[in-house]
Amino acid sequence: MAGGSYYVPHQAKWPIVGTIGLFVFFVGFANLLNGASIGPTVLAGGTAILVVMMFGWFGDVIRESEGGMYKKNEGMSFRMGMGWFIFSEVFFFAAFFGALFYARQLALPWLSGEGAGATTQAILYPEFSFTWPNTANGPEAIGGQFEAMGAFGLPLINTLLLLTSGVTCTIAHHAIKEGKRKSMSMWLLATVILGAIFLTLQVEEYAHAYNELNLTLESGIYGSTFFMLTGFHGFHVAMGTLMLFIVMIRGFRGHFTAENHFAFEASAWYWHFVDVVWLGLYVFVYWL
Amino acid sequence: MSKLRQALALFAAGFAGIVNAESLDAVPLNMPVGVTEISRSVYGLHMTIFWVCVVIGILVFGVMAYSIFAHRKSRGVTPATFHESHTVEMIWTAVPFLILVVLAVPAAKTLVAMEDSSDSELTIKITGYQWKWHYDYLDHDVAFFSSLNAEHNAARQLNSPTAGDIPSMETYLKDVDNELVIPVGKKVRFLHTSDDVIHSWWVPALALKKDAIPGYINTNWAKVEEPGVYRGKCAELCGRDHGFMPVVVRAVPQEEFDAWLVEQKGGNVAAGGTDTAVDEAPATAEEAVVEEAAPAAADDKDALMAKGQTIYNNVCAGCHQVTGAGLPGAFPAITGSAVATGDKAGHIALILNGVAGSAMSSYAWMPDEDIAAVLTYQRNGLGNSVGDVVTAADVAAAR
Amino acid sequence: MSAVDTHHDEHHAPPASSIKRWLFTTNHKDLGTLYLWFALIMFFIGGAMALIIRLELFQPGLQFVDPSFFNQMTTMHALIMIFGAVMPAFVGLANWMVPMMIGAPDMALPRMNNWSFWIMPAAIGLLLSTLFMESGGPAGGWTMYPPLVLQGGDSFAFFIFSVHFMGISSIMGSINIVATILNMRAPGMTLLKMPLFVWTWLITAFLLIAVIPVLAGAVTMLLTDRFFGTSFFNAAGGGDPVLYQHIFWFFGHPEVYILILPAFGVISEIIPTFARKRLFGYASMVYATASIAFLSFIVWAHHMFTVGMPLAGELFFMFSTMMIAVPTGVKVFNWIATMWRGAMTFETPMLFALGFVVMFTIGGFSGLMLAITPADIQYHDSYFVVAHFHYVLVPGAIYSLMAAAYYWLPKWTGHMYDEKLGQWHFWLSTIFVNLLFFPMHFVGLAGMPRRIPDYNLQFADMNALASVGAFGFGFTQILFVYIIVKAVRGGEKATDQVWDGADGLEWTVPSPAPYHTFDTPPDVK
Ligand code: HEA
Ligand code: HEA
Ligand code: HEC
Ligand code: CUA
Ligand SMILES: [Cu+2]
Repeated sequence: MAGGSYYVPHQAKWPIVGTIGLFVFFVGFANLLNGASIGPTVLAGGTAILVVMMFGWFGDVIRESEGGMYKKNEGMSFRMGMGWFIFSEVFFFAAFFGALFYARQLALPWLSGEGAGATTQAILYPEFSFTWPNTANGPEAIGGQFEAMGAFGLPLINTLLLLTSGVTCTIAHHAIKEGKRKSMSMWLLATVILGAIFLTLQVEEYAHAYNELNLTLESGIYGSTFFMLTGFHGFHVAMGTLMLFIVMIRGFRGHFTAENHFAFEASAWYWHFVDVVWLGLYVFVYWL
Repeated sequence: MSKLRQALALFAAGFAGIVNAESLDAVPLNMPVGVTEISRSVYGLHMTIFWVCVVIGILVFGVMAYSIFAHRKSRGVTPATFHESHTVEMIWTAVPFLILVVLAVPAAKTLVAMEDSSDSELTIKITGYQWKWHYDYLDHDVAFFSSLNAEHNAARQLNSPTAGDIPSMETYLKDVDNELVIPVGKKVRFLHTSDDVIHSWWVPALALKKDAIPGYINTNWAKVEEPGVYRGKCAELCGRDHGFMPVVVRAVPQEEFDAWLVEQKGGNVAAGGTDTAVDEAPATAEEAVVEEAAPAAADDKDALMAKGQTIYNNVCAGCHQVTGAGLPGAFPAITGSAVATGDKAGHIALILNGVAGSAMSSYAWMPDEDIAAVLTYQRNGLGNSVGDVVTAADVAAAR
Repeated sequence: MSAVDTHHDEHHAPPASSIKRWLFTTNHKDLGTLYLWFALIMFFIGGAMALIIRLELFQPGLQFVDPSFFNQMTTMHALIMIFGAVMPAFVGLANWMVPMMIGAPDMALPRMNNWSFWIMPAAIGLLLSTLFMESGGPAGGWTMYPPLVLQGGDSFAFFIFSVHFMGISSIMGSINIVATILNMRAPGMTLLKMPLFVWTWLITAFLLIAVIPVLAGAVTMLLTDRFFGTSFFNAAGGGDPVLYQHIFWFFGHPEVYILILPAFGVISEIIPTFARKRLFGYASMVYATASIAFLSFIVWAHHMFTVGMPLAGELFFMFSTMMIAVPTGVKVFNWIATMWRGAMTFETPMLFALGFVVMFTIGGFSGLMLAITPADIQYHDSYFVVAHFHYVLVPGAIYSLMAAAYYWLPKWTGHMYDEKLGQWHFWLSTIFVNLLFFPMHFVGLAGMPRRIPDYNLQFADMNALASVGAFGFGFTQILFVYIIVKAVRGGEKATDQVWDGADGLEWTVPSPAPYHTFDTPPDVK
């Protein structure tokens, strides 16, 4: 083994597969958006390659991990990798939160004549005066009249679900730290179920928005920020659920020890991150 | 080393050939001082900061040059071993900071003055279009488009047979058909907005540059002190012809300005007669906007075609191209277009309404006659041959 | 690469060169090499585009290209140079040097390292492919402002995805570098003993991880505005085109420091070596780098002084931007103090480093001028800005890369490069680069906007000069390639230490550096 005390894999074929997968994925997606008929097929192909890559890559890593190739130092590298990845995700969400704050605090007030916007309103939109959320689809009421998503129905339930799942996830963590694999997996099962319910309810919520509230992606800046923020969050919940699900299966299969359970930790961190983002969403998107 | 010197001499000679020393004299190489109080303070700031940088530069590079000269191994020096001194480090943190503070004060003052557009005496709304400006004298009911001078426009086409002798055109790309006229000595407020993408209205001599943001209005102002013609450009990339949307401001004494206004309001009903004189009024469509619709009964197909061609080349060709071939992927071809060879009503409706969410905006602002002409041209020129004629009455009926 | 094929002796000699070796490699040196070659090729492609720009601008009138193609060239030139040339080149240097400098056996996450690299050719391929589409490539400038960028044809989606794609590479690459620096140092290599190049990369990687996702967010919003009917940048729906600019520059400004901080690191390695004297003010260099990074997050709107921000905003961004001159000045002064009373020699790396200090500072001065808001309202979007950023990027970032290449080539290849040709390369480049970019200050001040394919006669002389400089500078770079190839293939054997003033772990290993260095961590005093 090269790398002396540190494990440096020799040659790796999965990254190239991953590159090809991403390339095909993007080409397919772009074609899809351009309305080319091959788009969906290519997109599906790319996704398939990516899935294969992930199984292959993670499979290798899991084998190496179970084979005892990783020691403290490798584990530390992985943890840092995951930590900084989550840090980068924070900034991704920050861009969308930034858009939300900008629209509410600056753009819409200007359009309705506050501060620097006096002439804008006087000349371009004399009729427009804005109240959040009622007229947050802008001076031309893009997408038509809509109703905002209330904070205390499904969203509140979802908040409780996610908070609970944070607790179950933490209990699972304590379990594995004591070496209780089975118990970890059971608590993870609970977490995964909570995540799945969350996702189901979110689908419900979207259907409600589209069908009853006339609130769509096209409902001006309100719809844009609402769906992009909750949508990306939902996507992250789905990913997190999947990660926890795999960790759970591995737990049932007898993976992980009290000392060595990086995959668990990574997924759990991710889950907590998703949780925290949700709190931000709940406060700024639904509530205030 | 002597080879290097030789080479240098050679290059120097080469450049001397390119840079005609005489023409250099005439060409300004610095920011203009300008003709407003603000422009003079901006110029002052510019020169101050420039000289500050020059002085710091001379000091820094001087020390460096001395060190390169004196502390070289070939002179047999042995390196010193110091590598830290809190005192000098404090000094060279603090001194630049203080210099910056001193610079910040006048800069902030000028900025505050620039932003104060209160008490203006005339307001002009400027709207950017791809690729022309629209000026609207809000208090005077005068409005018109302003686009690149037609001769220059012809000359600048790639490999065009119309290419003129550019070096002889002193104001190449700096002239427009309709200048913006403003009075001197008055605080004129400009409102900037755009109809399509972001543009930026820039006139160096007035120290004005402001982005035209679609859907928002920005403000700036100028009080011009000397009569004259001040030229500028669009300064924000706005697509293919971004380089070809100049600004010309003509500042005139108040009386002249008043007379000009009167002429604009009434006088150009007469000018409307030039509508059909295609060759000399290439920008008919734009001018026509300020005209009370001229009752030109040009049902005659040839006249319509000729007029339509001019309008097409000036207004539509920026996107759909002079040949009508469009730019694949961005702008559809007119040649063979289903719309332009389909039924008249659809064609007219498209021009009147535009296509939402695309660069094809509504051209309902054009007089009926002009729309009729350009549509007739699209249907029967550019490789199309539908055979029918669109009349002003058709257009009026569709409105 | 050397012809010795000793598979069993993997600690020292690299495996034989084959497609598989390069496709599947996880070795930091192999990947560093790949990154560096890739960047060099991109430099030529981006440079060729710049030459098309300069060709059209050689004379007034349109002679060669359609204005829309011109705009594509401007846009692509910038994207390729920034994302394809300079960033990968610095990542390549990090790959090669960081593990050697901190005494690590390899990068922390070697497999991901391979992925980060191989994404780049694919992403750039996606980007370049747009040039062959019916609608042509992106033509809205590298800043991609809406609504203009939304007018792009079919290429739009491809080009947005290529930005996402490159972003994935950058984020993974940076995570890897951070993890390596924080986790893989040899015992005794405390943070404040790390070479400055490592420090600057640590901070750069942090910047990248923070701002690339913001760019990803911005272009995602462009995508949904165009295809899914959202209104982020559309006033009619309550959005604002200027919002995009805020998000973009929140990424864009730190991005320009991403392009220069590793350069500062390189220069801070080279000057002490050739002055034969320790770097002056090591600690203040570290703090200055950190301050620049911090300030870079709060100055973004200095690119937007003409968009109609409220006065308070303009004042804030003017002051914060001016502040950056202070830590940057500290760096410049420290370099000069390092030279002071040293015993300097002027091999090629040192020449490029000195050229860097002078010309970067000139670019910094014009940056400071741009920071003065009332004046910037005049400079903005004129060639003065083009002059500014090329001074910091070309005789700045690019010079530091060349200095680094000359400095470490002997360590990489085991051979000395041809010193005489190196000196020629430096002097020719320096003459031409100034001829290329200095006149742009003048035309900019006199009123020539950027991103235009044609101009009035008034600007003709200076543009002709710049074009001559561009071709001269461009063709001089062929000499650079020649010198590199020559050193790779042979030449005088390099010693381990290579430069007599050199200090640091990388100079304790043989030249060329063995395939695996520091399997057992070295001792760090
Ligand atoms: C490597 C890249 C790089 C670097 C390092 C910088 C450095 C700086 N830049 Fe630059 N900049 C760009 C790349 C870079 N820039 C690019 C690419 C653009 C254009 C983007 C686009 O629109 O496409 C741009 C545009 C740009 C603008 C917007 C211009 C406009 O569009 O209107 C401004 C405005 O403030 C600016 C300012 C600065 C400042 C103050 C610095 C400072 O960091 C410089 C500090 C350095 C010094 C000042 C010199 C050394 C200091 C001393 C010797 C100390 C003493 C000095 C004094 C007290 C004077 N830059
Ligand atoms: C790191 C970044 C970087 C680098 C290195 C450069 C390098 C160069 N740049 Fe670039 N430039 C930018 C970043 C950079 N630029 C950015 C960000 C913009 C703004 C874009 C925008 O407005 O959106 C810009 C814009 C820009 C413009 C303005 C365009 C416009 O506004 O319309 C010009 C004009 O002269 C220019 C010129 C050059 C030249 C001549 C070089 C030279 O240094 C290049 C050197 C040339 C070579 C290295 C060529 C070698 C090639 C050959 C010898 C031919 C053989 C070819 C093959 C073998 C393929 N650049
Ligand atoms: C700023 C660019 C621009 C200008 C100027 C412009 N158009 Fe268009 N035009 C477009 C675009 C983009 C479309 C495609 C709209 C769509 O379907 O999405 C279009 C579509 C059309 C079509 C329909 C073609 C088809 O087959 O779908 C016609 C007809 C047309 N324009 C006529 C005109 C006329 C007449 C003028 C001038 C008076 C003009 N255009 C000026 C951009 C422009
Ligand atoms: Cu309008 Cu540029
Ligand atoms: Cu900046």
